[in-house]
Amino acid sequence: MLYFPRMVRKAQMALQSRYENIELAEHMLLELGRECRIEEETLYWIGMALREALANAIKHGNKLSAAKRVFVEICAEPGSEVSIRVEDEGEGFDPSQLEDPTSPRNLLRSSGRGVFYMRSFMDEVRFLPGERGGTRIELVKRLHAGRD
Amino acid sequence: MKSTVRDVGNVRVIALEGKITIGAGDVQMRSLVESALADGRTKILLDLKGVSHIDSSGIGEMVGCYTTVARRGGSMKLLNLPPKINDILQVTQLITVFDVFDNEAEALSSFSS
Repeated sequence: MLYFPRMVRKAQMALQSRYENIELAEHMLLELGRECRIEEETLYWIGMALREALANAIKHGNKLSAAKRVFVEICAEPGSEVSIRVEDEGEGFDPSQLEDPTSPRNLLRSSGRGVFYMRSFMDEVRFLPGERGGTRIELVKRLHAGRD
Repeated sequence: MKSTVRDVGNVRVIALEGKITIGAGDVQMRSLVESALADGRTKILLDLKGVSHIDSSGIGEMVGCYTTVARRGGSMKLLNLPPKINDILQVTQLITVFDVFDNEAEALSSFSS
């Protein structure tokens, strides 16, 4: 197979607000990442962050509405970075209201770790107003030249 | 997610395999723990050897199961953490909450100590 080290690979999807579609998006990420020869270990953690962004969009953004979609864009540039955008059609989200799930008073809470997961596994995590009124999450994982 | 359930003495051993993630594995895990409690089993050992992924919902459900079992006077412990699941428990600091074993015999005997 020919390999073009600096070729950018991109995938876009519009998904219904169903948890099953998280698998589809993760599968697309893995395909894209393997084409770009990104290490499996790195892809695993990017995949975990993507799963959280999608779960957030489906559950908290679109509130599982069948009428609303989640828009996903994955962009991989070998040796440089993987960037992901996930946008919902919900009513917006204020991440400043989130509490630290690792503080002793929150440790036994059964929710509130999704954004923490994303921040733990990615180099950049941004929450922005989406073009459709909802929230756009932007995730970036920088790759190390020659290794990923 | 696949699961296998067996009783060893008075301990319910629940072996999980696959993904403990939102909308599927997380619900199934909760159901398995609730079944154990319904059967009067309050000593629960979760064997995670075959678990490949656990997302924040799965972790949340695991914490929820832990507190539910504790409120019933029992205890829930973890066995055979794969490296990535161990990493997640470390980063979330939940490793300080759960009793974790890599040997089933030791895990089982810990329930009677």
